[in-house]
Amino acid sequence: MEPQELRRKAAGIRRDLLNMIYRARAGHTGGSLSSADILTALYYGAMRVDPANPQWRDRDYFVLSKGHSVEGLLCILADRGFFPKAELDTFCRFGTRLIGHPNNRVPGVEMNTGALGHGLSISTGMAKGLKMSGRPNRVFTLMGDGELAEGSIWEAAMAASHYRLDNLTAIVDRNRLQISGDTEAVMAQEPLADRWRAFGWQAVQLDGHDMEALMAEFRREPARDKPRVIIARTVKGRGVREMENVPKWHHGVPDAELLASAMRQLAEQERGA
Amino acid sequence: MMEKGLSCREAFCRELAELGRKNPEIVALTSDARGSSALGVFATALPDQFIEVGIAEQNEIGMAAGLAAVGKRPYVCAPASFLSARALEQIKVDVAYSRMNVKLLAVSGGISYGALGMSHHSVHDVAALRAMPGIRVILPCDEAQTVALLRGLEADDEPAYIRVGKAPMPIVYGPEAEFAVGKASRLRPGTDLTIIACGEMVYPAIEAFEQLAGEGISAQVLDMHTLSPLDGEAIFAAAGIGPIITIEEHSVNGGLGASAARLVVTNRPVPMRILALPETENAISGPSGEVFRHYGLDRDGLCRAARELMKAG
Repeated sequence: MEPQELRRKAAGIRRDLLNMIYRARAGHTGGSLSSADILTALYYGAMRVDPANPQWRDRDYFVLSKGHSVEGLLCILADRGFFPKAELDTFCRFGTRLIGHPNNRVPGVEMNTGALGHGLSISTGMAKGLKMSGRPNRVFTLMGDGELAEGSIWEAAMAASHYRLDNLTAIVDRNRLQISGDTEAVMAQEPLADRWRAFGWQAVQLDGHDMEALMAEFRREPARDKPRVIIARTVKGRGVREMENVPKWHHGVPDAELLASAMRQLAEQERGA
Repeated sequence: MMEKGLSCREAFCRELAELGRKNPEIVALTSDARGSSALGVFATALPDQFIEVGIAEQNEIGMAAGLAAVGKRPYVCAPASFLSARALEQIKVDVAYSRMNVKLLAVSGGISYGALGMSHHSVHDVAALRAMPGIRVILPCDEAQTVALLRGLEADDEPAYIRVGKAPMPIVYGPEAEFAVGKASRLRPGTDLTIIACGEMVYPAIEAFEQLAGEGISAQVLDMHTLSPLDGEAIFAAAGIGPIITIEEHSVNGGLGASAARLVVTNRPVPMRILALPETENAISGPSGEVFRHYGLDRDGLCRAARELMKAG
């Protein structure tokens, strides 16, 4: 897909995930909206996946380390045909497989996540295993910025550069808000790119809502022998004015009026894409 | 004098190197513990299948799960105390919950590092892991059983936590150890009572069998090597014979005795004695043999319990 189509698709994914959260009366709204463009770029532009064969041996692997933003991933997997879209109505219902965090009983989901700080280690193991076998598949993982306070992330960061895993791309959804507020007030992350570079990574910073920038970076041949981190500057709640940069929308369910307003805004964004 | 074989960790890692030569998908990970895990042979023979992660157990388990996800057959070999406490959430989420084919060899479990203090003891691991669906917990007792166990595990794709000790172990099984995960092995027949043991406590159970036979007490001995899933049928059958004594190198909470007692009390109540480490204090530090003796985790402790039960009966 071209950037314009990707922007339209992302507006549609935002609509789907807000409707899903509204129906379920539950969901992590803000982070799902901030990461929607990144996930759209990955699943409709950058990654090799086959919805008809989720276990395809040549696929690229994706791990959602910030598992609480599962809403966008589920809407994308359904839209791409990994499972029927109608199943999204079961999100968070009793006995569903579409639970509030990634569940690898759902086609297209590789690993169960939800406890923060796990995804980069898993991705590092995947990337190392693929290298050992001489396979060309790539590994992508999406982390939250608040999540980077977990020590296990930095254990993995150390190992990925030690093993020169240039088939690994980590993306940070840098929306600068975590559940208690500003990341820099809760536990400062800056200078974030320097931290990753000090751990031996190639660090790139870009606008995580700019499809041209995302796709250019995903298509670029990464530096040899180094894992890559993309620090994607985003806005928590992106796409819905009332939710943007408001910490309480970390999780929350819009009422009918706010949902209608969100749908109008997203339709406008789709037209203007 | 008892005949000793290899320590279970050595037996496991030697056999792992043999299996690794035949199957390049087998990978061993360690966290700066190649010496304590006895992984030296593997690391030297198969450097391309050996992954050192440094002193970072959380990353070690997470990486193992990722390796399994792309088709490798990872074995994590590190001290039980760190694997089962520091990296417990990774075991829970990345391995058990995600159903990844990761085998954990937890070495120097229980109070193997007796004199090093509670930081290095793991008397909680069976309780913690038995409360997590999706991962088997197995405590082999000697060289031959460990080798048979590993060969069996290589044939499946399910997670397992294998806890072994540090020291060379007396030989319990012949070279052709019969072994089925999840099914207790009856080592000695008996008609008065049953001793159920696991791991390093199996040999003292056999010693007690011999001592008690001389006193006219006929004790059946079961090796309950698999603690999750527990072999309920074997426990019910033992309750059909008479009283039960359990013995384990673990806290009295949540281990073999507590778990067996739950089955016994809800099905066929019989008198029981549970020999384990105390809940009210950290195990006293010291050479593990002396610590075992202090808490009655040996032949004499078993014989005392058996005599009491026979007198009470």
